[in-house]
Amino acid sequence: MAKNVKIAIRNLYKIFGPEPDAALEHVKQGASKAGLQDEHGHVLGLKDINVDVHEGEVTVIMGLSGSGKSTLIRHLNRLIEPTTGEILFDGEDVLALGEDGLRALRRQKMSMVFQKFALLPHKTVLENAGMSWEISGQGREAYEEEARKWLARVGLEGSEEQYPHQLSGGMQQRVGIARALVSNSPVMLMDEAFSALDPLIRSDMQDLLLELQGELHKTIVFITHDLDEALKLADHLVILKDGEVVQQGDPQSILLQPNDPYIVDFISDINRARVLRVRSVMEPVKDGESFAGDVLETDNLETVLAKSGGDVSQVFRVVRNGQPVGRLAMTELTKALVPTAGSEARVS
Amino acid sequence: MATYDWLFSTLGLKEWCGQNKDSGPLSMADLLAKSKGQDAEPQSLWDLPFPSMDALNESCDAFPQSRDLTKGLEQGFLEVKDSLSLVLDPLTQPLSWFLDGSLYVMLNTPWWIVIPVMLAVVFLVSKSWKLVAFVAFSIGLLAFIDYYEYAMQTLAIIFVCAFLCVLLGVPIGIAMARNDWLQRSTIPVLDMLQTLPPFVYLIPLIFLFSVTESKLYGIAIILYAIVPVVRLTDLGIRLVDKEVIEAADAFGMTPRQKLFKVQIPLALPNIMAGVNQTIMMSLAMVVIASLVSAPGLGVLVLRGIRNLELGVGLVSGLGIVLLAVILDRVTKASLARVNSAQKQ
Repeated sequence: MAKNVKIAIRNLYKIFGPEPDAALEHVKQGASKAGLQDEHGHVLGLKDINVDVHEGEVTVIMGLSGSGKSTLIRHLNRLIEPTTGEILFDGEDVLALGEDGLRALRRQKMSMVFQKFALLPHKTVLENAGMSWEISGQGREAYEEEARKWLARVGLEGSEEQYPHQLSGGMQQRVGIARALVSNSPVMLMDEAFSALDPLIRSDMQDLLLELQGELHKTIVFITHDLDEALKLADHLVILKDGEVVQQGDPQSILLQPNDPYIVDFISDINRARVLRVRSVMEPVKDGESFAGDVLETDNLETVLAKSGGDVSQVFRVVRNGQPVGRLAMTELTKALVPTAGSEARVS
Repeated sequence: MATYDWLFSTLGLKEWCGQNKDSGPLSMADLLAKSKGQDAEPQSLWDLPFPSMDALNESCDAFPQSRDLTKGLEQGFLEVKDSLSLVLDPLTQPLSWFLDGSLYVMLNTPWWIVIPVMLAVVFLVSKSWKLVAFVAFSIGLLAFIDYYEYAMQTLAIIFVCAFLCVLLGVPIGIAMARNDWLQRSTIPVLDMLQTLPPFVYLIPLIFLFSVTESKLYGIAIILYAIVPVVRLTDLGIRLVDKEVIEAADAFGMTPRQKLFKVQIPLALPNIMAGVNQTIMMSLAMVVIASLVSAPGLGVLVLRGIRNLELGVGLVSGLGIVLLAVILDRVTKASLARVNSAQKQ
């Protein structure tokens, strides 16, 4: 990919406990998470993390609870200090920043959206949205226009003078997103931002985020424990387990070539037809072929299935912006839908 | 011969014990024992005395008696008293000015100004006409039975003391919330202030300051009433949602901004609950402080006890209850307003 690396995480370790440096040696010599806890009384938070966050992409970090994903995202703006490692933001070492430099980074470069919204209960929606401006010492008249614009954009027009407790959970999180957008920071960190919402609202919010991302092209780091959500949002997917990266890359390729039983287990329950996209299974165009119809590169396989009406002999032409880019035979599509080994074992 | 003679002989301290045979004055118990002529007969194990200071003193004259302890404490206090009051006197002088000034203003402003101003304040903090009517009725009643002056004195003292409690207590509470060591070391002091019978700390104050000065009772009230506001400020700030604090950090707030824009506003319901308690406790103390010349309804209560004037005692007691209800309702009403503005 030709995109810039916005944030680079290099050899990051985090160990919780009274003497993390001593414990670090044990980890580097191969102590496991459980071993470290039993023998040395330290908790291994993160182990040798290397992740590139590309500019303008949604990087999703997924893992179950306790996998260290929330710890990892808090390292990016140093809400948690690492035991060792490097975090580079636009090539600049975040860990070398002094107190003022760090504060400037948090104010101008990174904004954050929280699982439990974390709005100020004594401020109105408008004042919450303008929080980042207020922190850098600017008054309401400076941010009001900007804040109103983004509040309207996330669908909160008319609620500006209400207090957070008067809004539903979904609307409160919209305020949280507006607060991050109003700060105009290029990077947004989203810590399980939609996990506290009920499924329908969550799906709405995901759509909203994708829509906004389509216009704004921010660099987003999104944490979730929900694979469907991860696959829906991710340009780059990082799967964490027990503080280690098990696999990272394009979500479609992880789905088609999982390299770890843990991931196989994870993906066995999902609806592959809905998640896999045409571009992941298409082949190069052959000359002189007749097609049953056109499908978009970004369509999911479910759409193609519906189009074919179940006829497996059909071949579709794949187009991007009106130009043909490949072919998709229904036989190939069916092969892609065959579940991976782990899920077969579970079914039988 | 006394019970513990053997102890001193085995320790080889006989000589040291014999040094001052002319021991201090006899205690009453000694005197009684002597006059009955039953000095030191052999005792059964049943009567074995605890090896207390007095029992040991019987065997060894050089060993101090327990009354020397209290005496020594008193002596020690009297010795540092002069230098202590040299420091404390000017330091606490402003308190006397505040109290005297507040009393002067309350008593020398005509009632037809004081009462409306008070009602206006009640309305401002509570926004409730019902409460205003209740306060007007209560004060009217007190004034009608000619207790207006006493009630105003009591109120004047409470206003000054509660205000100073908040002024000192909130910063102390904030400091405690930010520093675990300070919290650990302050809590025992707060516990002591709260549980020490109020009469007890009047005693050293009487030694330190002249009884004619109003700061004497001012200090007593503040020491007693400051505890809840300190405790609840500390608690309130510690209870502020961790996620909100994290958000404040993530958006780059300075510690100062965090304190004033997040922690104090979110702790305000708890702080206000502390203020309410502080006001109620200063009302309780202002009555006791009438023993050390605090003016107000307490003086009447004291008169009721001293002269067995049942009527005066009862009516002034009920007057205090009325003031307590007023103060409680007004502070609770403003607390409710703070709460409703920021429930989560």
